[in-house]
Amino acid sequence: MEPLIALLIGILFAAGIYSLLRRSIVKLVIGIVLISQGANLLVFTSGGLLAGRPALVKAGATAPPAPFGDPLPQAMVLTAIVIGFGLTAFLLALVCRAHEAVGDDDINAFDNTDT
Amino acid sequence: MNAYALLFPILIPLLGVVTLLLGARSLQVQRIGGVVFAALTFAASLYLVFVVDQADYVVIQLGGWEAPFGISMVADRFSAVMVAVSSFMGIAVAVYALSEIDDTRLRKFFFPLYLVLIFGVNGAFLTGDLFNLYVWFEVMLIASFVLMSMGGEKGELEGGLKYVCLNLLSSMMFLAGAGILYGKTGTLNMADIAYQLAMAENADWALSSSMLLLVSFGLKAGMFPFFFWLPASYHTPPSAVSAVFAGLLTKVGVYALFRSYTLMFVPLFPHVQEIILWLAILTMITGVLGAASHFDMRRILSFHIVSQIGYMVLGLAFMTPLALAAAIFYLVHHIIVKTNLFLVSGVVIRLKGSCDLAKVGGLCKSAPWLALLFFIPAFSLGGIPPLSGFWAKFAVVKAGIGIESWGAVTAALLVGVLTLYSMTKIWAEAFWKQQPDAVAVEVPKPVGHLAWMVIPIAVLSISTIVIGLFGEPLFAFSERAAAQLLDPQGYISAVLPTVAEVSP
Repeated sequence: MEPLIALLIGILFAAGIYSLLRRSIVKLVIGIVLISQGANLLVFTSGGLLAGRPALVKAGATAPPAPFGDPLPQAMVLTAIVIGFGLTAFLLALVCRAHEAVGDDDINAFDNTDT
Repeated sequence: MNAYALLFPILIPLLGVVTLLLGARSLQVQRIGGVVFAALTFAASLYLVFVVDQADYVVIQLGGWEAPFGISMVADRFSAVMVAVSSFMGIAVAVYALSEIDDTRLRKFFFPLYLVLIFGVNGAFLTGDLFNLYVWFEVMLIASFVLMSMGGEKGELEGGLKYVCLNLLSSMMFLAGAGILYGKTGTLNMADIAYQLAMAENADWALSSSMLLLVSFGLKAGMFPFFFWLPASYHTPPSAVSAVFAGLLTKVGVYALFRSYTLMFVPLFPHVQEIILWLAILTMITGVLGAASHFDMRRILSFHIVSQIGYMVLGLAFMTPLALAAAIFYLVHHIIVKTNLFLVSGVVIRLKGSCDLAKVGGLCKSAPWLALLFFIPAFSLGGIPPLSGFWAKFAVVKAGIGIESWGAVTAALLVGVLTLYSMTKIWAEAFWKQQPDAVAVEVPKPVGHLAWMVIPIAVLSISTIVIGLFGEPLFAFSERAAAQLLDPQGYISAVLPTVAEVSP
């Protein structure tokens, strides 16, 4: 399972970077979203994948029966997904306003503040 | 009781945010509340410095979960002094904002967002947990995103877009690096990661995550070759906002770099020392060349942030006690001076309607007090004795000579001269030159009393002089902080009292 997920993470990062390098600002957002999902998946997989072994403690026991899945990456990835969700919403609003202000969705038109 | 000193610089701004949101109807509440809570945060941070200087380390395990299972908050001398100087900027810029931030921005929650920014910055300085650091970064970034683009003008939106995209990308890399590191060490507590790496026979397997973190923090710090978002965005928002960004945000990146390479990645440092050294040199040079080629005050100042970041990272690359002390001293000096220069540029805009050097002039005659207040931070940045910048540069160069890194020393001296050149350019154009009469620039309607702008600038200028003339206590403190940074064992034992000594 892990090699497959690793491949998926690679594809997400590659697709994200490809979209980032396109000229449309909407594709820029798509690229960032894809990379952020890739990073989330990477964190999720970092604890190792164990199917059907939740870290649940049986009544009366003090520790879950080994081996059990690491719950910490799941907690982290939930946090990261929520943060990413908020930031993406903000980014979409910003892209919308910036598109209105500049009047073009070509990245090359966004050079007024450059040097 | 003393351990709770660590929480006040984080909790007070948070309390401020809640209070200001409850009093959102009244702009008077926003103004007074913003200043009062920023002042309280500064007071709390001074207390923290006092406590940390006595106790060496202040550690809190949040929620009563022992490290490495819970989230640790740790203050050593370095983080305490960073919190103190950032909170100092926090109060100075809050006062300045009274007379620059208009009612529309105040109604869009300027002060609550500003306090969220301080909350995030202080949290990032005080956390001892890698994932928690990521969260603090995001808190700080979301506030800065909104502050940067809240005006809704074309330049702000465009600069904001660049700023947001690159910083999000950097956060993704941070997250990926932290994830890989967790997969390999099974912990996110920085002290525990440091312990595991120090105990490992060969720590090369952490190189990939250390590189991801280097790029991520380098991007946030504005290091070469990742700095392009900085000069493209920092000159767009109101001066109060650019000033606080210039003073604080990139320094959080520098702080994170220092923390990772003096604590977590100590065994890896020999591999990356050369890379960091060259990145620092190229950061200094490209930054100052960019500044020399520009003709707008705030763009020049933005490029100077980049070049000065190079000096601080150079201190990290040298990694001697003197170099680290110099870098810490440099950070303190730079935060004060750079914030101050951006504040001055705001006064120039208020008086002349622009800070494009081609359109302004004659300020020496029309506002001689401003000339004096610009002269002090500008020539401190350029490194003229006896101002603070001279001692900061002197210490970095001396550390470089100490380890005979001649290339870096030459670059540092050359960049110092070029810094002086571009400061002289601003001086000659904005202050000495006659006011060009052909250009008519519309002066914006002033918001508050000019005194609220001048008082923080004067206070910051005076602190620059004081650091220059009586800098010895601060430098001694920096040396003590550097000694702590060079002894990661102290940090590890403070956070994880039960683990064994790290074998050297």
